[in-house]
Amino acid sequence: MRELTATLAQAEIIIEIGGAPVRVRATDTSFIEMLERRYAGFVTSGKAAEFDFDVELTEPVAADADADLRVTLDSGRWRLERGDFAAEFDPHSRSGRIRQSRNPFSIDALFRILHTLMLAQEGGFLLHAASAIRNGKAFVFAGVSGAGKTTIASLAPPDVTLLTDEISYIRKDGNRYTAFGTPFTGELGKSGENVSAPIAALYLLEKGRQNQIAPVTAAEAGRAFLSNVLFFAEDQELVRSVFCSACEFVGQVPVYRLTFLPDSSVWEMLT
Amino acid sequence: MSCRLYVARSRSVASRKLGEETMIMSGLDSTLFTLDEVATIIWEAADGSTPLEEIVDSKICTQFKVERDEALRDAEALVEGLAGHGILLLSSERLTGSNSPRKAEE
Repeated sequence: MRELTATLAQAEIIIEIGGAPVRVRATDTSFIEMLERRYAGFVTSGKAAEFDFDVELTEPVAADADADLRVTLDSGRWRLERGDFAAEFDPHSRSGRIRQSRNPFSIDALFRILHTLMLAQEGGFLLHAASAIRNGKAFVFAGVSGAGKTTIASLAPPDVTLLTDEISYIRKDGNRYTAFGTPFTGELGKSGENVSAPIAALYLLEKGRQNQIAPVTAAEAGRAFLSNVLFFAEDQELVRSVFCSACEFVGQVPVYRLTFLPDSSVWEMLT
Repeated sequence: MSCRLYVARSRSVASRKLGEETMIMSGLDSTLFTLDEVATIIWEAADGSTPLEEIVDSKICTQFKVERDEALRDAEALVEGLAGHGILLLSSERLTGSNSPRKAEE
């Protein structure tokens, strides 16, 4: 089957998120062109891909993209299933395939899941959080929907580089954590910049009547962090690993509660 | 409870001490639990071979101003609650061998 796929593949693109290049191949050039537009700023070339995916395009089906997602490890291969797509990949050969219709959303979900699995192995995360760089330092703003991720991102002054208003990409390097820009957008509808910086602090967002930065206990930080980690796989060992990594993160990175007015004055406190 | 009660940390959980508190994640359903300072002391001492009343006497009553009977009642309620979630194992006999507890902090 792989030979057949390789023979049919005509167009390809390498999309690098979080410093991890992933090659996507498809027989349909227009699909690849769609991905070039969707992931503008994250498309790269001349790099060895860490993962290869073949896309098998199907006719659109009346599938529910909000249907329950299942991510399971079956005979050494990860299987990803949702109403609008089915994918599988081999974590050892670092290659796989996805069946989906011609849309950017299904493969977007695949990327998020793939990166959560890759990051879980190395102590990193995808976090439901906005993030931005100022003065060479990354600030991460975690919170559930409505907590103010998009608001604080949209209030950022010109000297701030936005990494994302929705899903932050956090990698661990020794005892240091680095935030990378992602193309995963929230209500702002704008991809982050494809740059990175060491994380200076994590703020737990809360809209309020004044701007205030307050300390939180380590346990509170851990609970809040874990409630915002994206992880989809039904795998006890990896879930345990993510838990331990999250506790390590809040032990290394300063965590505060940031209550803020919905105006740009909040950024005066973030330097 | 009238008989001696031995408590041991379940092997199917992950735990981390954060400050004075301990976070525990159930390996069964990923539910999170947070133990306060006193509960953390009991958790760390739950080695399967030390009776709960001895833990209370040596670790709780010596550090906190609390009546021994009250502390023991609270401790029993705590460990029964945690056992109900599969976090702790309870037994009237020592818990050793395959029932030996997971390390308190990994």
